[in-house]
Amino acid sequence: MSPSPTRVPTGARVFLILLACLALLPIAALAWIALTPAPGVWPHLLEFVLPRSAFNTVVLLVGVGFGTAALGVGSAWFVSLTRFPGRQFLQWALVLPLAMPVYIAAYGWVEFLDYSGPVQNALRDVTGWTSFRDYWFPDIRSLTGAVIIFTLVLYPYVYIPARLVFMVQGATALDAARGLGAGPARLFTKVALPLSRPAIAAGVALALMETLNDIGAVEVLGVRTLTYAVFETWLNRDSLSGAVQLALLVLLVVGGLIWLERAARNNRDFARSSREREPARLDLSVTGKAFAFSFCALPVLAGLGIPLATFATFALRRLEAFTEPALLSAALNSLTVALLCALLAVTIAYLVLQTARLHRSKRLALAGRLASLGYAIPGTVLALGLLVPLAGFDNWLDGTLRETFNWRTGLLLSGTIVILVYAHTLRFLSVAYGTIETAFLRVPPTIDMASRGLGRTGRQTALFVHVPILRAGLAVAAMLVFVDSVKELSATLLLRPFGFQTLPTLVYERASQAAIEDAAPAALAIVLVGLIPVAVLNAVPSGLTRGKMRQLAPRPA
Amino acid sequence: MSHNTARAAIARETRTKTSKRPTIRKSLLGVTLALAATSVSTGKASAEDVVNIYSYRQPNLIQPMLDAFTNKTGIKTNVLFASKGLAQRIASEGENSPADIYLTVDISRLDAAKELGITQAVQSDAVEGTIPTQYRDPAGHWFGLTTRARVVYASKDRVGQDAITYEELADPKWKGRLCTRSGQHVYTLGLISSVIAHKGEAEAQEWLEGVKANLARKPTGNDRAQVKAIYSGECDISLGNTYYMGKMLTNEKDPEQKDWAASVKLIFPNADDRGTHVNISGMALTKHAPNRENAVKLMEYLASEEAQKLYGEANYEYPIKPGVPADELTASWGELTPDPLSLADIAKHRKTASELVDRTAFDDGPAS
Repeated sequence: MSPSPTRVPTGARVFLILLACLALLPIAALAWIALTPAPGVWPHLLEFVLPRSAFNTVVLLVGVGFGTAALGVGSAWFVSLTRFPGRQFLQWALVLPLAMPVYIAAYGWVEFLDYSGPVQNALRDVTGWTSFRDYWFPDIRSLTGAVIIFTLVLYPYVYIPARLVFMVQGATALDAARGLGAGPARLFTKVALPLSRPAIAAGVALALMETLNDIGAVEVLGVRTLTYAVFETWLNRDSLSGAVQLALLVLLVVGGLIWLERAARNNRDFARSSREREPARLDLSVTGKAFAFSFCALPVLAGLGIPLATFATFALRRLEAFTEPALLSAALNSLTVALLCALLAVTIAYLVLQTARLHRSKRLALAGRLASLGYAIPGTVLALGLLVPLAGFDNWLDGTLRETFNWRTGLLLSGTIVILVYAHTLRFLSVAYGTIETAFLRVPPTIDMASRGLGRTGRQTALFVHVPILRAGLAVAAMLVFVDSVKELSATLLLRPFGFQTLPTLVYERASQAAIEDAAPAALAIVLVGLIPVAVLNAVPSGLTRGKMRQLAPRPA
Repeated sequence: MSHNTARAAIARETRTKTSKRPTIRKSLLGVTLALAATSVSTGKASAEDVVNIYSYRQPNLIQPMLDAFTNKTGIKTNVLFASKGLAQRIASEGENSPADIYLTVDISRLDAAKELGITQAVQSDAVEGTIPTQYRDPAGHWFGLTTRARVVYASKDRVGQDAITYEELADPKWKGRLCTRSGQHVYTLGLISSVIAHKGEAEAQEWLEGVKANLARKPTGNDRAQVKAIYSGECDISLGNTYYMGKMLTNEKDPEQKDWAASVKLIFPNADDRGTHVNISGMALTKHAPNRENAVKLMEYLASEEAQKLYGEANYEYPIKPGVPADELTASWGELTPDPLSLADIAKHRKTASELVDRTAFDDGPAS
């Protein structure tokens, strides 16, 4: 059926190898650091740390995995394929928690549910209880709390691709199934779920990697994960190599899981339709409507609304801070880095995937996936992996040029925003990659055959056939990377040049002075800047898929 | 730079419409140029009259002293703040590192920097004459700037006693009444290290287990959050650094914090025997400091009476220089008798302290 694999041309080959080297550079540097023996670190880790932190991490990952899948697919299903009041608004609003950094959501929720927070105060007012000894209240600073908060903030990674699948290609299959007499439940489990499986897998993978690299929220919530153990080993026991060994071990496990998922997916091939139209929506009973509404409204309220309200309360007392030059320049810096990074990550991911598709190279696609593993490494550790080789290169260059031309270049890469953009791009390459890869799945191979059969070259097919179809996916990928980059804290904190402040570093600086309240304006600014592309591009998927794709895809060339 | 990027993007848009060639290469060139332009503007500051500081202290805390220094000498200061990895950054940057001074809030980080080989010794009478030997490296690689005591905050209503020892925190009479921040936090580790230094590892572990058994809740939040918990009745005593009291009492933005502070009294533990555990904020001169002279000038200034006084007033910490009076508010909390143990000794036990925290599962909180 499909064209046989062809040789990747030399130019593209060199380009891809160069990319792979750039992507693997920090991991190689970390592996080098890990080679230094770490005496005494592992016996302690094995006996006292790993059992608990591995357990916590596994529970957290499993919980967040199922949680984001259920919430993401469920809400996408309701807004895409059913009718209920508020659907139009919610289908847009469901993306918004994406703009909320997990560490800020965690802070917000802890404040909200704290003993002296609004919930418990109201509870004591109503019941007349006077002390915490009078009643039991669930502690949000727990493993369960962490699962809930991560899920509430990260489910959009699943919601976005799942909705795209339902909107774009689900209609035919769903209508057919309905014609055969399937009810809503069967439709969901037998058609919608298998249909969106690749999208769910890609989305869940992103959510899990984000969970795994987090250090801010787990610190706030007091959940000791493997990442927490990495930092504890490095900073409190002065064993950088031991810490990096642990981080790489975790990475190895992640890489293995991704491979397994791939292997499982390769056995299945889904019938794809290029005929796009609005699916017929299901009518729900009154109870059904109420359920659908709550199911979709709750995540928005909990993932964005409550933390936002908590911070808004603090920020209202500091309105003057919103016009502070420091805040404005930090916002501008965040915007600049995020734009550059979104552009780079999407371009790179697209080029790799396009090449893999044109030449039918599954190996290349998998290589790309593994090269974008950087997302699973804690930001600070990844930052070290970049700092060591780049600063080494800078020093070498400086030394060489000084000897030959008496010309000083200083820290050309590691002392400038080059390293920052590099780090962000690498960290979020995975986000772009997963999203665009899912988008490519929706381009049926028959289109390639038609285009090639009509005499278009591979490159022409890519530019004039694939890109138009992929535009929605590319836009979503750019948005996700942008928002992630705006939220990035730990790598930025370590790699930024003098005087270069981004919004999260500003938040951190203010908050670490033991006054989260002072950080509120900047925290709100992160969410606001993140909301801009979310809001703008939210219109893109449905608009493009409905309009442009119908024009472009099925029409014979 | 955003101009260039935007222009490149627009150029690409128009070209895609008119030409069939992919122009990605050109737009990448645009990005590269934009980056190069930025790298020039944010490049290494190497003018004569600056001193560059890599800091674990928040810039706004040290800004008053730095401003006063600039006014006096004309030397400008740049601060790069981070929470982790600054020492590794200095090490990686090597001889091209722009850092002159490394500033931290904990003794162990100063000691670790020395171990990493990124510091150099400073011989300055002005600095050495000021800072007591227990608060500086014997070889001159690091110096304390201010001290802060790790004290007990106790509810005025529910705690009768006005004296306490750290040992007593393990006494079952506090069961379900004690709050503290994470055991792996540097401040807690410092305290545990001092207990190890005085009592040995085995006794320290037993003590830590006792403290853990008394916890009212899982160790989370910062020192201020623990006082809030006393105010709201969740616990009766907590551990915290002295200056938080000043920060809360003078918080005009969030006046409820004044109420929190008013609900507690500040007790200096072990005032009658070995003294209260103190930690330092401190500084070190980096090995390849490009502005060495300016950096030493700054170190000397920060050790001077004027800066020490400013420091104390701004942050409610104790000046490290003997004879410089503490801020009025700080002094009102009572007499501080610092534990005379050398901080270099405390730094030695930090790794063990961190292991003890894991071994006792301290951060899991009270057994339910």
